[in-house]
Amino acid sequence: MYVDDAEIRDVIAGHQERNGRVTAILEDLQQRCRYLPEQALRIVAGELGLPLTQLYGVATFFAAFSLEPQGQHLVSVCHGTACHVKGAGRVSESLERELQVAIGKTTGDGQFTLKSVRCLGCCSLAPVVSIDGRAYGRMKPDTVEAVLSDWRGGDRR
Amino acid sequence: MNSAEAVLESLQRQGLSSLYPDRIRITVGRATCGLAAGADAVYQYIREEADRRRLDLQIVSTGCLGWCQQEPLVTVQAPGRPRLVYGRVDQALTGEILDGAGGGSFPESRLIGKIYADEVLLTGQRIFLTGEPESGPVLDQTSFYAPQLKVVTRNCGYIDPGSIAEYAARGGYRALWKALQAQPEQIIDEITASGLRGRGGGGYPTGRKWQATRRQPGDVKYVICNADEGDPGAYMDRSVLEGDPHTVLEGMIIGGYAIGARSGIIYVRSEYPLAVVRLQEAIGEANRVGALGKNIFGSGFDFQIEVVKGQGAFVCGEETAMIAAIEGKAGEPHPRPPYPSEAGLGGKPTCINNVETWANVPPIIMRGSGWFTGIGTESSKGTKVFALVGEISNNGLVEVPMGTTLRQVVVDAAGGAGRFALKAVQTGGPSGGCIPAGMFDLPVDYEALTGAGSIMGSGGMVVMDERTCMVDVARFFLSFTRDESCGKCMACREGTWQMLQILDRIAEGRAVMEDLELLERLALAVRDASLCGLGQTAPSPVLSTLRYFRDEYEAHIRDGFCPAGVCKGLFRLVIDQEACTGCGRCARVCQAEAVSVIGDVAGQETAKKYLVDQERCVQCRSCLDACAHRAVRVIPRGGAVVDAD
Amino acid sequence: MQIDINGRTIPVQAGQTVLDVAREEGIWIPTLCHHQGLEAYGACRLCLVETGSGDRGRIVASCALHVSDGLMVGTDSPRVREIREMIMQLHLAVAPDAPRVRELAQQLGVGQPVLARHGDGQCTLCGICVRVCRQVGANAIGFAFRGSRRQVTAPFGARAAGCLGCRACEESCPTGAIVFSESGGRLFGEHWQSDVPLSRCAVCGRAFAPQPLPGHLQQRYGLEFQQADRCPECRRQQAAASLTAQARYNLSP
Repeated sequence: MYVDDAEIRDVIAGHQERNGRVTAILEDLQQRCRYLPEQALRIVAGELGLPLTQLYGVATFFAAFSLEPQGQHLVSVCHGTACHVKGAGRVSESLERELQVAIGKTTGDGQFTLKSVRCLGCCSLAPVVSIDGRAYGRMKPDTVEAVLSDWRGGDRR
Repeated sequence: MNSAEAVLESLQRQGLSSLYPDRIRITVGRATCGLAAGADAVYQYIREEADRRRLDLQIVSTGCLGWCQQEPLVTVQAPGRPRLVYGRVDQALTGEILDGAGGGSFPESRLIGKIYADEVLLTGQRIFLTGEPESGPVLDQTSFYAPQLKVVTRNCGYIDPGSIAEYAARGGYRALWKALQAQPEQIIDEITASGLRGRGGGGYPTGRKWQATRRQPGDVKYVICNADEGDPGAYMDRSVLEGDPHTVLEGMIIGGYAIGARSGIIYVRSEYPLAVVRLQEAIGEANRVGALGKNIFGSGFDFQIEVVKGQGAFVCGEETAMIAAIEGKAGEPHPRPPYPSEAGLGGKPTCINNVETWANVPPIIMRGSGWFTGIGTESSKGTKVFALVGEISNNGLVEVPMGTTLRQVVVDAAGGAGRFALKAVQTGGPSGGCIPAGMFDLPVDYEALTGAGSIMGSGGMVVMDERTCMVDVARFFLSFTRDESCGKCMACREGTWQMLQILDRIAEGRAVMEDLELLERLALAVRDASLCGLGQTAPSPVLSTLRYFRDEYEAHIRDGFCPAGVCKGLFRLVIDQEACTGCGRCARVCQAEAVSVIGDVAGQETAKKYLVDQERCVQCRSCLDACAHRAVRVIPRGGAVVDAD
Repeated sequence: MQIDINGRTIPVQAGQTVLDVAREEGIWIPTLCHHQGLEAYGACRLCLVETGSGDRGRIVASCALHVSDGLMVGTDSPRVREIREMIMQLHLAVAPDAPRVRELAQQLGVGQPVLARHGDGQCTLCGICVRVCRQVGANAIGFAFRGSRRQVTAPFGARAAGCLGCRACEESCPTGAIVFSESGGRLFGEHWQSDVPLSRCAVCGRAFAPQPLPGHLQQRYGLEFQQADRCPECRRQQAAASLTAQARYNLSP
């Protein structure tokens, strides 16, 4: 998702938090661009007067940020304790098979990025898969296809 | 009565008429777990149908009542009648409920309990909902709720979290009002006398921390709420933030007043978007009525709260790492001393407490430290909220007095494990350890859990049955801490990686006994040498499982056998022909078409037996999980085949 | 104020660390990420000592432990030795080829590596290079990623564009993992693809000073250099020639 320099500066100016301003700006940019482009990070460092090395360190430290473009939809498989005990591993394998992509990667058509997360906080419904923030509980390897069909081919039904 | 009191009185009146309206009030639990179970569809359906049927109803979203297994949870309050609590509500049941609301009778099915009176914990009041005599099931007497004492979660599932009026109706912001009449030192004395200890896991005396921060010179200080809840399997804090955000705000404002801070920050993980929304909403409401901002309730005390979102790093639950993240740096801890109370955010004195700790403050101020010390054990006062997950019949959140035994929590309240034998309970998440089933009479308090090789932690309790492999559990937790290690210190970064290498070898049947000794030496070194709490506690699951389940490790190493049937390739699944009833469930759920039938004589169901084809079996264990007769057995690879051929 | 190290009572001054005191007293504590000019960092975990006594003993990094009256420290207890040995083993797993690491292992009596090799063999992530680069004000390199993927790198893994060519990183790296070389009038830092042009001497034409460096030193520290356009050798010759001239003509300097 291309965002031009002027928009990046607008985003920065729009964040006037006294605390946590840096990560708030990065989160905003991550959402708009679906990743953190190098150019955006350079502008942020410049505008905030931060060493680029420090900002790069922050951008690569936190799991929420990505330096590579993410897919249209984010599929998060929860690998928290409860989900693990209830077979998240098998659901995960099934998702990899269905999407033809490994955990952490994006499908060739740019539709889906598959990520492993811990934990989503819906442990009573383990194992849980979340797609763009919508949680699906009590997943089984054979229910993966049905869940994905809701999202395939463009926007969510 | 001055204007602040007038404001509170007015809010309270508003809230009471909202909580106890003249018409039927229906609540739907729409916190994250409720939504994941389909509560949104239920909520929309109720609204549409109420409209269509021209029913005059008050329909409210609430947080979670705690019994997550039963989501979506809906309560129905008809004036003068007991409140009805329904579980696993779907469209059909909703229709029946609305029939009741329209004048018919309310359904009996999936009615998990009735509430005859509301306890207002902060004031000690009881509000009777009805004059009718009690007839079961009474919610407070159900096995899930009976052992509970709701202090922190007192409002969750009862009030609309977006309504400051409903919060005030149950005593909200009275504690703040009371605190502002007293001296800051008096507040600290009260919190100290209560014996409140940090609920994030460390158990550090809260009053002492407040005092240490207050004592520092300077007029710029901070209070921070640690809402980073990173333990996988723990969601107590999320529930409180989504169901009753005001209790956290009120606690922080009181704390700020006591410590001399004018600024509060809630550091909440971005994986909790709904909690963030509820918090922002609540902060807005609190500002609107004068409970936040300048000259709070006319006291001259200014305080504001800002929300900062954690961007995905478990290590930021550690105080110095959290401060670094707020300051715009990577979340790396630094050596302590200096402690945050001396030099924290921006080098200023900072007091960091967990969500649950802050939520305990209004009750302590309202009811007094004496009341609080009356709950719990000698060393651990008050209650604790636990998230019960895993192989448990009743998944959910329970809040019990400290000192309640594990058995009372896991078996009595949460219903035990079902078909399979309870094996252990993991407490404290990745920083904690496993307590074997034989020790379930252990009381839950800080010292008892530490003595048993685990910790209280933030409250996550993962229940494991005989199908769980303890080597696999240790490996799971260690791979988590290895992924989340910030990488700064050699002990944790490299130590956890090396420990995981050994655990992988054990789980894959490639280890030798010397590996076990090396694993233990590494574990102790990582525990003692790491820079921060993450590294110091990362070896706990390993040390704890070695202490209680060493035989499982040895079976993996000596016999290449995983007795629980988890570690792929280290076991075989066979069907005991004696126990097999021929029901065929195993064959139906098998992922690899590896279960077949033998002796299928037409018309004689019981002569049928099932058999696992070892060549095709992929060890997914669906058969083991599905068999109601415990006929599927786990045996060593080289073991004798029990099923007939 | 006094503290006790290994049973020996030692007078100390406020502000000193236990490591400072031990060094003054000739008590050996191994270190790797410690650097006299930098603040204590606490990454290598080799300088750990035991404070308190018996069961109440705590394991603390001596580089960051400030002295307090009556503090009791053990630098060589069995517990400390065991921890040190395992930490040394971790270092050996990560940087087996680094001479300093091998030297430390020998001093600690740690023999055979017992852990699987892991890493490029040279860098222990002690952080001295990053801390020094930050301290001189260049910020050309920094830490990125986390956990076992943590590395020292220039942003985006590209050329370290902010490099001044001061070579403080190379100078202070304890494992010799950082190497610079000169060629064709340029200074190259292999590790982070630093590429800094060198100024040429006005007299002999040899490339000698990293171009950005004098300006940076002047701006940050107010340092002015006499004859900044001459290389050290030409400056020496110039100085020798003046001294000779003074001696011959008995001129006052």
